[in-house]
Amino acid sequence: MTASTQAAQHGLSEHSHGYGVPVQTRSERFSSTKLADFAAVSKREETWRYFDLDKLAGLDQAGLAEFSGDIGLTETNGITTSWVGSENPAFGAAGAPEDQPSAAAWQSASQAYLVDFAPETSFETLANLAVVGTSSEAEALHLIVRAGAGSKAGLIVNHTGTGNLGENVEIVVEDNANLTLISVQNWSKGSTHLASHFIKLGRNASVKHIVVTLGGDVVRVNPSAVFAGEGGSVDLYGLYFADAGQYQEHRLFVDHAMANCRSRVTYKGALQGEKAHTVWVGDVLIRAAAEGTDTYELNRNLLLTDGARADSVPNLEIETGQIEGAGHASASGRFDDDQLFYLQARGISEYEARQLVVRGFLNEVIQQIDDEALVAELTAAVEAKLERSGS
Amino acid sequence: MAILQIKNLHVTVETEQGTKEILKGVDLTIRSGEVHAVMGPNGSGKSTLAYSIAGHPKYTVTQGEITLDGENVLEMSVDERARAGLFLAMQYPVEVPGVSMSNFLRTAKTAIDGQAPAIRNWIKDLRESMEALKMDSSFTERNVNEGFSGGEKKRHEILQLEMLKPKFAILDETDSGLDVDALKIVSEGVNRAHETQNNGVLLITHYTRILRYIQPDFVHVFVAGQIAEQGGRELADRLEAEGYDRYVKA
Repeated sequence: MTASTQAAQHGLSEHSHGYGVPVQTRSERFSSTKLADFAAVSKREETWRYFDLDKLAGLDQAGLAEFSGDIGLTETNGITTSWVGSENPAFGAAGAPEDQPSAAAWQSASQAYLVDFAPETSFETLANLAVVGTSSEAEALHLIVRAGAGSKAGLIVNHTGTGNLGENVEIVVEDNANLTLISVQNWSKGSTHLASHFIKLGRNASVKHIVVTLGGDVVRVNPSAVFAGEGGSVDLYGLYFADAGQYQEHRLFVDHAMANCRSRVTYKGALQGEKAHTVWVGDVLIRAAAEGTDTYELNRNLLLTDGARADSVPNLEIETGQIEGAGHASASGRFDDDQLFYLQARGISEYEARQLVVRGFLNEVIQQIDDEALVAELTAAVEAKLERSGS
Repeated sequence: MAILQIKNLHVTVETEQGTKEILKGVDLTIRSGEVHAVMGPNGSGKSTLAYSIAGHPKYTVTQGEITLDGENVLEMSVDERARAGLFLAMQYPVEVPGVSMSNFLRTAKTAIDGQAPAIRNWIKDLRESMEALKMDSSFTERNVNEGFSGGEKKRHEILQLEMLKPKFAILDETDSGLDVDALKIVSEGVNRAHETQNNGVLLITHYTRILRYIQPDFVHVFVAGQIAEQGGRELADRLEAEGYDRYVKA
């Protein structure tokens, strides 16, 4: 565990602590909707520490094209959708960019696609928003998902096709609302996707946010959750599976600025093949005012073959002692030869044993997905990956 | 009638000090319906014999053969051996996180039989075996061996023996770490499987204690990677009285 109360210089610094583990103080992290306010992308920044800067694919530059692919709900079911401009109060209500690609996408997207769940309304099933990329040009997309006060709502954002996309997703969960948001990144080969999710929770609001990253050459999703009122609760789940050559990064931030809020982070990743690389960074900040905070974050990685690399860095900053609980766990392990032997000694083939273990490992997250069709789709995608590995 | 034959088996293992020969020419024949006890002091190679039969990659067979009904076992992968009818109850069963016991058992049964078991009979048989082994039904929803006590892991091994119905069961120190009550329950399970399935049993143990509950037809004393003496169950009684000193000194 790393705990720190030192203040960072205005956002763009890095300092080390202990055994070379980077510590950053998120309380002072710089944010702006204008790319020009940021220095150029650099490996010296903590946020780009693991990223191969040759793979930015132009997404850190100004003047991205607007998203040219298809976007829309598969069924409307009483949900309101519209394109809104930056003059709309929903635009920027949940947060502002903290890195260059996010700022580039923000200023390049003249309109945002707003999915609006009416207040005091209960939506029984998860809605399905398909985002289908059709271009390899660097493009920007801005989504806003708003769960009105007292509503109960759910949305799957399913990213497929070919894309080279910078994306901001604002998620506004008003007082007493309950939202499930699942973001699936299952791009075709050759795709790059850099996304920032801004979750803002009102008083007594609750959110289940699930990130599923499977396809695409380079995918980076940075979800942050901010409590704007007391009594909020957020569960951040993630599931990722990197094949040979794939890079998948997830940087999370939970900002406990209000008293009596709860957060849980559970991310699980599987890796296989040469140069499969995943990065998970989980920052949890408990500010001085956030008494009664209850937080726990966990990241586990399963390396199925040699040649893969998983980085996992949990950071917990605590500025008050008056909390319910705070903890974290992080571990990366190999697929165990003893497990394989045990399962094979019961007649189960090596391929099936691997499948069983990976499915078991990822199940903790998959079972959180309350949508049969999506579960079937993800299970099939995971199995296709295992099959491709030729094991 | 099935027959498991081990002839002149030599097995090595890689250690930090280099290659070490653990088994130095083992001959053993087991037929359906027979119970063989292999007894010996620690480090004599008993467990190596068990793992070599099951095909653990850590052990290299350098000489000799193992056949099951004339088929060459050494050419088979670990799972092929299991499907051919060999079962190893392990001394240290492995935890498999995220995989429920019921899923694991059904997957193994399907792999071994080549088809999924008829669901109604399967659930009934499983329930009966678990009751007999005094395992709570809630175990089926727990992950394989995760958080199981030593005794629960051993009962789970015997449950698999009862459900998978192998031709030959190799029990590697199944008695170790069990209290008297658990030892009795586990032994009854082995006897039940033996009587109903007419399997052959190779019981590997350091202590004679378990032989009060499981009656061996043959006893083999294992010392320094070889069988030093064999006989009927009277040999076990003699070991109980005299210990292994006689063999170790020689």
